[in-house]
Amino acid sequence: MKKLSFIMVAVFFLISASLAAASTLEEVQKRDVVQCGVSTGLPGFSNPDEKGNWTGLDVDACRAVAAAVLHNADKVKFIPLTAKERFTALQSGEIDILSRNTTWTLTRDTSLGLNFTHTDYYDGQGFMVSKKLGIKSAKELNGAAICIQAGTTTELNLADYFKENKMKYEAVVFDTSDQTVKGFEAGRCDVLTSDQSQLYGLRIKLAKPDDAVVLPEIISKEPLGPVVRQGDDGWFNIVKWSLFAMINAEEMGISSKNVDEMKKSTNPNVRRLLGLEGIKGKGMNLSDDWAYQIIKQVGNYGEVFERNVGAGSPLKIKRGINALWNKGGIQYAPPIR
Amino acid sequence: MPTEDSSQKTAWWNNTHNRALLFQLLLACAVSLFFVFIANNTVHNLDQRGITTGFAFLKQKAGFGIIQHLIPYTENNTYGRTFVVGLLNTILVSGLGIICATIFGFIVGVARLSSNWLVSKLAAVYIETFRNLPLLLQIFFWYFAVLQALPSPRQSLHIGDSFFLNIRGLYLPRPIFEHGFGWVVGALFFVLLAIIIIKRWAGKRQEKTGEQFPVLWTSLALILSLPTLAYFASGTPIDWEYPVLKGFNFKNGITVIPELAALLVALSVYTASLIAEIVRSGILSVRHGQTEAAYALGLRPGKTLRLVIIPQAMRVIIPQMTSQYLNLVKNSSLATAIGYPDLVSVFAGTTLNQTGQAIEVIAMTMAVYLTISLTISYFMNWYNARSLLKER
Amino acid sequence: MIVHTPHPNLPPPSTSVGIIGWIRKNLFSSPLNSVLTLCALYIIFKYVPPMIRWTLLDANWAGSTRDACTNDGACWVFIKVRFHQFMFGFYPASEYWRVILAFGLIGALIAYLLIERTPKKSWVAAFTIFVYPIIAFFLFYGGLGLPVVETYKWGGLMLTLILATIGMFFALPFGIILALGRRSSMPIPKALSVVFIELWRGVPLITVLFMSSVMLPLFMPEELRIDKLARALIGISLFQSAYMAEVIRGGLQALPKGQMEAADALGLSYRQAMSLIILPQALKTVIPGIVNTFIELFKDTTLVLIIGLMDLLSIVQSAFADPKWLGFSVEGYVFAGLLYWIFCFSMSQYSQRLERKLHTGHKR
Repeated sequence: MKKLSFIMVAVFFLISASLAAASTLEEVQKRDVVQCGVSTGLPGFSNPDEKGNWTGLDVDACRAVAAAVLHNADKVKFIPLTAKERFTALQSGEIDILSRNTTWTLTRDTSLGLNFTHTDYYDGQGFMVSKKLGIKSAKELNGAAICIQAGTTTELNLADYFKENKMKYEAVVFDTSDQTVKGFEAGRCDVLTSDQSQLYGLRIKLAKPDDAVVLPEIISKEPLGPVVRQGDDGWFNIVKWSLFAMINAEEMGISSKNVDEMKKSTNPNVRRLLGLEGIKGKGMNLSDDWAYQIIKQVGNYGEVFERNVGAGSPLKIKRGINALWNKGGIQYAPPIR
Repeated sequence: MPTEDSSQKTAWWNNTHNRALLFQLLLACAVSLFFVFIANNTVHNLDQRGITTGFAFLKQKAGFGIIQHLIPYTENNTYGRTFVVGLLNTILVSGLGIICATIFGFIVGVARLSSNWLVSKLAAVYIETFRNLPLLLQIFFWYFAVLQALPSPRQSLHIGDSFFLNIRGLYLPRPIFEHGFGWVVGALFFVLLAIIIIKRWAGKRQEKTGEQFPVLWTSLALILSLPTLAYFASGTPIDWEYPVLKGFNFKNGITVIPELAALLVALSVYTASLIAEIVRSGILSVRHGQTEAAYALGLRPGKTLRLVIIPQAMRVIIPQMTSQYLNLVKNSSLATAIGYPDLVSVFAGTTLNQTGQAIEVIAMTMAVYLTISLTISYFMNWYNARSLLKER
Repeated sequence: MIVHTPHPNLPPPSTSVGIIGWIRKNLFSSPLNSVLTLCALYIIFKYVPPMIRWTLLDANWAGSTRDACTNDGACWVFIKVRFHQFMFGFYPASEYWRVILAFGLIGALIAYLLIERTPKKSWVAAFTIFVYPIIAFFLFYGGLGLPVVETYKWGGLMLTLILATIGMFFALPFGIILALGRRSSMPIPKALSVVFIELWRGVPLITVLFMSSVMLPLFMPEELRIDKLARALIGISLFQSAYMAEVIRGGLQALPKGQMEAADALGLSYRQAMSLIILPQALKTVIPGIVNTFIELFKDTTLVLIIGLMDLLSIVQSAFADPKWLGFSVEGYVFAGLLYWIFCFSMSQYSQRLERKLHTGHKR
């Protein structure tokens, strides 16, 4: 009878499991969909609407990969993950890319079996407080109750910052960012801390967004970017260069609107990017027009930024350090050649 | 010799004994193979994905704050200490929950049996409402819908200058024990000892002579009088530290964080509804003849309940109650949903996430609950064996 | 001669019959009871009218936006707008009929089995156990010409029901095996069953779900990818089967030893004795226990929220974050609570009725 149960379990596994090929690229091509781990809802980065359509900067990073690999930016399956389960989901192969406002740190890059590809958003931790308190600087926060999301680098930065400034705080830890907002709104804590970009995103979730202010201090470096599993360099390159292609496209002035025109350009840089000459997609086992597909379907980095978090969005975050290197920022992509 | 004949005729695999042996052997092989398979996969996966293993992480600096800690804890302490802090918080909420749920459950259970129609029906409505709702939903309701409607610290509800209630929690004065408090504690111990002796003596005397001694009243009088006397004699050695509003929050005093309050209320209310049913069925399980016999012997209703009904009902109640206590301890792990820093929330939550060592952390967490459960069930089995009805 | 003509019986005093009598007997029989009654009345009058006003009289029913909620009472518009999501999660609207059909079918099958004296019960039962799951799989998931709806789009009440029924479907046979194993005279199956049962019963479901969502992938070969929902189901089924095993063991233990001895005496093999004599009797007596376990499981499915599955409670909770609909959490919780309550209450009533009906046989 025990054996019977084993057979049952085995059958169950077979029904629900699919045998996968060795390399992520082949697997994705066979499956015809990219599995992308995103947040459970963070405006501007990854947020589902009422119909379950996902939008945001992190979402577009995955869509770019789908455009490059599968020629269709919509062939992405978005899997919402809590902060706690995100790394395991990637380690175990449940997702191909983790694009979930994840901070690049030494520990995560080296001891979790993961590889960070590149930074698609340079962020830093900030504080949001109620306007009523009349606080101008984070240095005045001694003794405050602070809402944070569990399992994030924010928790650690916060401890460091308060220790360094010899201040005390009371950490109120929640499981999801939605809950932190609710706690903040109800007055459970005085301060909401998170990556500054998120604060702008969370602020529009408040009933009265204007009653809260984001303090100017940034207490940490939070480079956010897509993450892949360690040990599959081919896939690592694809995700990394999908991002680089978008940044390069912005630098060269190629956008989703003019990309077809730009095909006629004589600029060798543009021609190389669009796969008309040079190395093309061979090194990554992709078709020659991989970058063209990204730009056509998703857009260049600037477009993506403006659409999701910048002026064209409710968040209205300025480009700041996320501007291109030649425009006063630090976004810089290696050349395509 | 028919048996011998048949055993010679049947092939060895048709012998029941051999078949059982073979089956067990196969089963043992299958199970060990299964475990080897899992261990193999795990080692391979961990190795290939470059995930750190081992328990070295317990000695690393944790670097995150925990809102409620019963032992001193700062960000500089280790992950190992976060384990202890979480464990103690789990024990705190479970212990308080068990006490509240038992008291409340007993009251509701007795109310359910009340001859008062209205009270009985109210108790029924309470029981049927709360035991048919998921606990997690109840926790969320108390935390997000009820407690967050409390005022902000500046508009706290308060009794005088010592008790404050607001959305950040309940603030109580903290007793500070000064020199000389030992006398009060000593007096209390002395009284307890005296009560035990008096009780023994009263019991013996009643067996011999049938005379009764008002043990309860004597004990109450002793408990109230002697320590109070000692307290004043040693010069009122308790000082109170009152909570004061300073900066953002209240400082000093004892703080009951709302996460603890919500969890405690939800756990007690839910478990009480189950305990009430247990109490009711326990009392109903004592046959009515017992009551009649007690009345026939001239016992008054109060004594009947205390000396005849309850002791017999306890035999039915205790085992079921223990399993409810076990459930309560396990249910306290739902704390993670509202951020009360219990073992699952702190250790299997934040620590797991910061270190990424899922296997070690989950295994340790499970081991803790398993130990608690096995200890309680061991104790329960022992009690059951002891209180078993001695039938002749 | 003295003829004794008894005085005709007087009617009982007016204070001990009728409404007044009932009130006196049931509400004011003693000073203590009178006080309790007054307290209870106070509680009722203090809390019930405002509750009715909030939920019904002052509530807002019409409209489709937040602005429609002008009254003081509950804003049921919020529930109305999100109703489909609460029922089906992100399941595509054009495929709702599949879910409704699957649940309608199982509902009809179970009703048929529960109603007494319906013909061909065993065939219907066999159909429910062996054929229906296959039909349901294709209806829910897709295939055979139906478009595939991936499990991550499943949610709401539908997911809650799926989790509970599938968990039960696997827990029952597995629980029977474990219960038999625990009562077996062979040491190895017995030891394995005891360890298995005590292990799962000793830990909270949350850690089991954590384990199945976080650790299970590490236990499996690399090539084997198990769907997130399937992993949660594995965890729930293992956990539930341990509880089921204990319920069934209770039924087995309550059975007099003579039954097994009689079966032995008739020369029945272990399998025959179990399937023909012991299990039918034991299972009959534990049906209420099984239903109660199912109620527990139904309530416990809410915990999948913690591993990020969108069950009813979880999807209601996430709807609170919609900036267009802030501040309606009480309505959401009340709605979800009502649904859970209806399911659990009706099941527990059924189980109690069954218990009374079965309270005839071998109960000591």
